[in-house]
Amino acid sequence: MASELDGLPVIATRREEAEGFLQGLVSKSLGWARKYSLFTYPFVTACCGMEYMTMASARYDSDRFGAAMPRFSPRQADLLMVVGTVNCKQAPILRRVYEQMADPKWVMAFGVCASSGGFYDNYATVQGIDRIIPVDVYVPGCPPRPEQVLDGIMLLQKKIQNQSHKLIDRKPLPVIAGGAGR
Amino acid sequence: MSKAVIAALVERFPDAVHAPYEGVGGDDCAFVERSRIVDVCRFLKEDPALAFNMAPYITAVDYLGATPRFEVVYNLLSTVHNKRVRLRVKVPEGPEGVVPSVTSLWRGADWFERYCWDMYGIPFSGHPDMRRLLMYDEFEGHPLRKDYPLRGRQPLVAEREVHDIFRGPGPASRD
Repeated sequence: MASELDGLPVIATRREEAEGFLQGLVSKSLGWARKYSLFTYPFVTACCGMEYMTMASARYDSDRFGAAMPRFSPRQADLLMVVGTVNCKQAPILRRVYEQMADPKWVMAFGVCASSGGFYDNYATVQGIDRIIPVDVYVPGCPPRPEQVLDGIMLLQKKIQNQSHKLIDRKPLPVIAGGAGR
Repeated sequence: MSKAVIAALVERFPDAVHAPYEGVGGDDCAFVERSRIVDVCRFLKEDPALAFNMAPYITAVDYLGATPRFEVVYNLLSTVHNKRVRLRVKVPEGPEGVVPSVTSLWRGADWFERYCWDMYGIPFSGHPDMRRLLMYDEFEGHPLRKDYPLRGRQPLVAEREVHDIFRGPGPASRD
């Protein structure tokens, strides 16, 4: 069969075109669905948590962006919000939480401590959670204003819309850090 | 009135308490011999005229270059007489610098002494649970010592490679 298809490049191209067109539609609609139903897992470790509460509650209301539902199990979440300072003692916990989340998943670094370690350039603090897990959106600020966080959510939504989504993704899982630590 | 505490201490322990002075803020301070600290503290706690029934803060100081190198500082409070006193104990570096624990007097001294062990490496004898308080068990060294490197991080998980120092390790290679 394969040899017959090899002799018919025009038909194969049309089929690829059709599949690509369908995949484009599927990707767009899945992206649209996924960007408006972000279930967040708040990994709150520090004072940014107060700002997270403000952002999630009625005045700023992240529910307007579909990102209101905090799930306290990483297995049910799409968006990992790392809110606050992560130190070396907590890094294995954060990585475990990230690995427990089901694909597709996104990560937001909430505040400067999560983004870069902030002013904690010392013996105990991880210099940004992107040393441990991949990050999609960085929200600066100490702590960030709720508007900044909402802007970060909107940026993430734009990013999700532009990503390619498949009905069945057979891509191999990315290795986020070589080896199991030690 | 505040002189009375130090006067009573020096009178009771002439060989163990020396060099009393008035510290910043008017607190009474004195240096105490390391081997007698439990006796001095027991006297301070159990004498009804003093009744220092609380140890709000016990910490350590690293005087790098001086001998002996460390000092353990006991801040004591009498809630009966509203008095404070500060005792300083000089501690040499290494395993011979063992300080007798005061957890038998104040149960709250437990975590303070564990903190001193964790951050400065000062061992306490007679402590019920001599472990690190804040850092993890795999951590080597004592981070608040003056000769510990400032950025001496000891990560527990392998860190991702930083390709671009201005942008960090970057996002996942999902797209």
